Amino acid sequence: MSYIFTTPEQQQEMLQEIGVNSIEELFASIPPELRFQGELDLQPAKCELELEQEIAGRAKQNQAGSGLTCFLGGGVYDHFIPSVVDEISSRGEYYTAYTPYQAEASQGSLQVFFEYQTLICQLTGMDVSNASLYEGGTAITEAALMAMRVTRRSKKVAVLKSVHPEYREVLKTYLKLQGAELVEIGTADGTADLEDVKAALDEETAALVIQNPNFYGNLEQVHELAEAAHEKEALLICSVDPLSLGVLKRPGDMGVDIVTAEGQPLGIPMQYGGPFLGILACRQEYMRKMPGRVIGTTNDRLGAPCFVLNLQAREQHIRRDKATSNICTNQGLLALRATIYMTSIGPQGLKEVGELCCQKAHYAAEKLTAVDGYELAFDRPFFKEFVLRCPVSAKDVIDRAAESGLGLGPKLSQFEEEIGSETENLLLVAVTEKRTREEIDSLAEVLANGISERMLAQHA
Amino acid sequence: MRNEQATKLIFDLSQPGRRATRFPQADVPVKPLSEYLPADQLAEEPPPLPEVTEADVVRHFVNLSQLNMSVDTHFYPLGSCTMKYNPKRHERWAKLPGIGDLHPYLSEDRIQGMLAILYEMQEMLGEIAGLPAVSLQPAAGAQGELTALLTAAAYFQDKGEDRKKVLFPASAHGTNPASAAIAGFDCVQLNSTKDGLVDMEELKENIDEQTAVFMITNPNTVGLFEKEIAEISRLMHEAGGLVYIDGANMNAILGITRPGDFGGDMMHYNVHKTFTGPHGAGGPGSGPIAVRDFLGPFLPGPILTKSEDADGNPRYSLTDPEKSIGRVRSFFGNVGILLRGYFYLRTLGPKGVREVSETAVLNANYLLAKLKDVLPVPNGDRCMHEFVASAKTLQKEKGISAMDIGKRLLDFGFHAPTVYFPLVVAEALMIEPTETESRATLDAFADAIRQIVEEEPDFLHQAPHSTMHSRPDDVAAARKPVLKWSAQ
Ligand SMILES: Cc1ncc(COP(=O)(O)O)c(C=O)c1O
Repeated sequence: MSYIFTTPEQQQEMLQEIGVNSIEELFASIPPELRFQGELDLQPAKCELELEQEIAGRAKQNQAGSGLTCFLGGGVYDHFIPSVVDEISSRGEYYTAYTPYQAEASQGSLQVFFEYQTLICQLTGMDVSNASLYEGGTAITEAALMAMRVTRRSKKVAVLKSVHPEYREVLKTYLKLQGAELVEIGTADGTADLEDVKAALDEETAALVIQNPNFYGNLEQVHELAEAAHEKEALLICSVDPLSLGVLKRPGDMGVDIVTAEGQPLGIPMQYGGPFLGILACRQEYMRKMPGRVIGTTNDRLGAPCFVLNLQAREQHIRRDKATSNICTNQGLLALRATIYMTSIGPQGLKEVGELCCQKAHYAAEKLTAVDGYELAFDRPFFKEFVLRCPVSAKDVIDRAAESGLGLGPKLSQFEEEIGSETENLLLVAVTEKRTREEIDSLAEVLANGISERMLAQHA
Repeated sequence: MRNEQATKLIFDLSQPGRRATRFPQADVPVKPLSEYLPADQLAEEPPPLPEVTEADVVRHFVNLSQLNMSVDTHFYPLGSCTMKYNPKRHERWAKLPGIGDLHPYLSEDRIQGMLAILYEMQEMLGEIAGLPAVSLQPAAGAQGELTALLTAAAYFQDKGEDRKKVLFPASAHGTNPASAAIAGFDCVQLNSTKDGLVDMEELKENIDEQTAVFMITNPNTVGLFEKEIAEISRLMHEAGGLVYIDGANMNAILGITRPGDFGGDMMHYNVHKTFTGPHGAGGPGSGPIAVRDFLGPFLPGPILTKSEDADGNPRYSLTDPEKSIGRVRSFFGNVGILLRGYFYLRTLGPKGVREVSETAVLNANYLLAKLKDVLPVPNGDRCMHEFVASAKTLQKEKGISAMDIGKRLLDFGFHAPTVYFPLVVAEALMIEPTETESRATLDAFADAIRQIVEEEPDFLHQAPHSTMHSRPDDVAAARKPVLKWSAQ
């Protein structure tokens, strides 16, 4: 393939206009000893048809693709995506534009992001939202850095161990060189113990970071945790599942100061982990300390209302090393997807998705724990996801289910960050609105058969 | 053409009871949610999202899309951003079943096809950089910078050295100092020479045993190759420091010269620029980094490794480097964009990749040649893949600013160049045509600018004249920020 649209003759004429004899001469400023000799060691070019066939072959090697019924969770979920989301977001006017620096040439994107910010505020009950961050892990981390600026406490951030282990790892990576301590509070029973939390917070703590529903799918005591944080004048940062907010109270109504979320459930395909959408919204008084781009309204030369990038003085291209974040390119197209998703399901749809997930997850929990040897790891209220304790290693269960076309995971033992002891047999199970009763029943059946065979094998 | 569906906010279109998507009845036995969820967290009603029909959604967002300029519709010479054509085939492939729908926690043996692709991408990026150790994790260029700086910090710490300073020239992109600050370094900004290059004397004065990293964009943001780069890196290395190459401008040098060969120790790519990941109205990007072997052990995990199984078949695995700095994001990376970059490189091959840079540089020089007599280019008659013109004289003599020219270009159906960056050129217009433009487009663009500089200044101050809005008041916006719609 080639995407060069000048002919060799035209190129000759262009060289003449420039006043050189060859393209080579245009590279004269690169010292010859620094020039790369020969040809890059890359595979030879393939045309569209050839590469499509190769990729289709690779896709088949991923036995896990669309052929697998997805019960996987841990921050990424197989939710339904209405077709309007794909159709509209594949318009070139959106996906081949860039950051709306030139307001007059970008009113479409600017209005979309303004609507996105509004929708996120409506969804979370917060006052202001930015126009997106990279994903859920950096969203939590940016929120923690922001809390350090707001509280002027730069020494300490506390986090519950029930927060997604990968988010905590990101937090740790970023805080290390800020010289701040990350205090991790154990959640052995599946949620935080309030006394442990109170003991861990002090006057130097900038923020308490929690996730609700947490990594295990369980609900934390958000009201009480907010109180505990506020007692020490620390901020409460809460990462939420945006699709839980049709049935659960909004974080803004429960005392949360900065809400973050992984926006993937809002109409974004799983794509092996990205690109996703980092959501961050906060209370009005922290607006100018917020990281990332924001869109605002103003008037044009003739007094008509329109949209612009706003509060740019916080950003790196103006403030450089004093900026509230280094983020530049954000996740615009994913914010567009989330905007279309939220407007197309509306409040009633949001409620129904939440209800379906919650009902089906509880049905699944009941069916799966009815299988001999399987039980819930925690006795806590959960939303759409729960931790199953298996009689055998979670890996074995995942492999067995995969043979029957059922996707399970993650197993809790796979995480670097410690999330509790004896995780070998623990498995996260997520149930979205897409899973049918039949699929859930067949998962239960697979588990039941798997075990009896195994027991037979052991007895033999 | 007035179009209310575009100009009204989606919230103004809302009517109670409307909706665009329905969900099925539950097919499992249901109980009241209060049996499952704690009373103090149960919502009384869902959030007040707008209620609209599917036709409302479609008309609204399709009409809004038409208020945008984009690569698909317009020439978009936004300097430093490499707004090249985005091939449609990439879109189809990235969404194929078995490619676009993989959950990140699927076990390795069930996604060998995906891991093979990502492994090959790692290898290709290492080869193009001349820096063999690659992490695909960073979500964009800025995160690539930060990740590399964290990697450097871990390396120095491992050696027991306490180095606190990061140097960068004044022409650097704002993300360079911002990333250095987040990584916990002290930032030292150096002046550039009149020619737009690193001031070697100032550099020498500032290098000491405290210096960790020198960050430099090469070709730099003025559009020039830093020809002293080998000496710069010799000086840095002599003092025990490292050289970081901001690879935003890789589109100029693919297969021509490599950061690893000209003295860089670490670099980031912007896959959304160089390797044509669509810019998505402001992202997603992807900012993988490539580093020298000795820095490899510090990279964030997971990275991909290749081995052979018992039957001699390749086997791809996710592993964490030995002394890894840890994660910089959840999951693997912005895979959707990495895939598009991969497809691009595989359809171009080594010759095609080099041709990209040759043509990008040709196009930029051609445009420079056609414009320099009416719009001075302070840093010479030649450039790499972009150049920075200055409206300083026009501003002084006629009051025509870089902004005026940029805005007026919109009336001609061209997106504006990057304006007022880099900071080292007064009234900067940074023009990057890319290789995917025809000569006719470049000619038309040059003609437009030649016409514009002759127009009445007052007319230009009020440009654009053909767009729905003109000259929004940024100052008023910031003074009293309105960042969301509220019901009156
Ligand atoms: C020279 C330069 N460096 C760094 C960046 C930051 O890259 P990103 O926007 O992908 O974070 C940009 C682009 O915006 C750039 O032009």
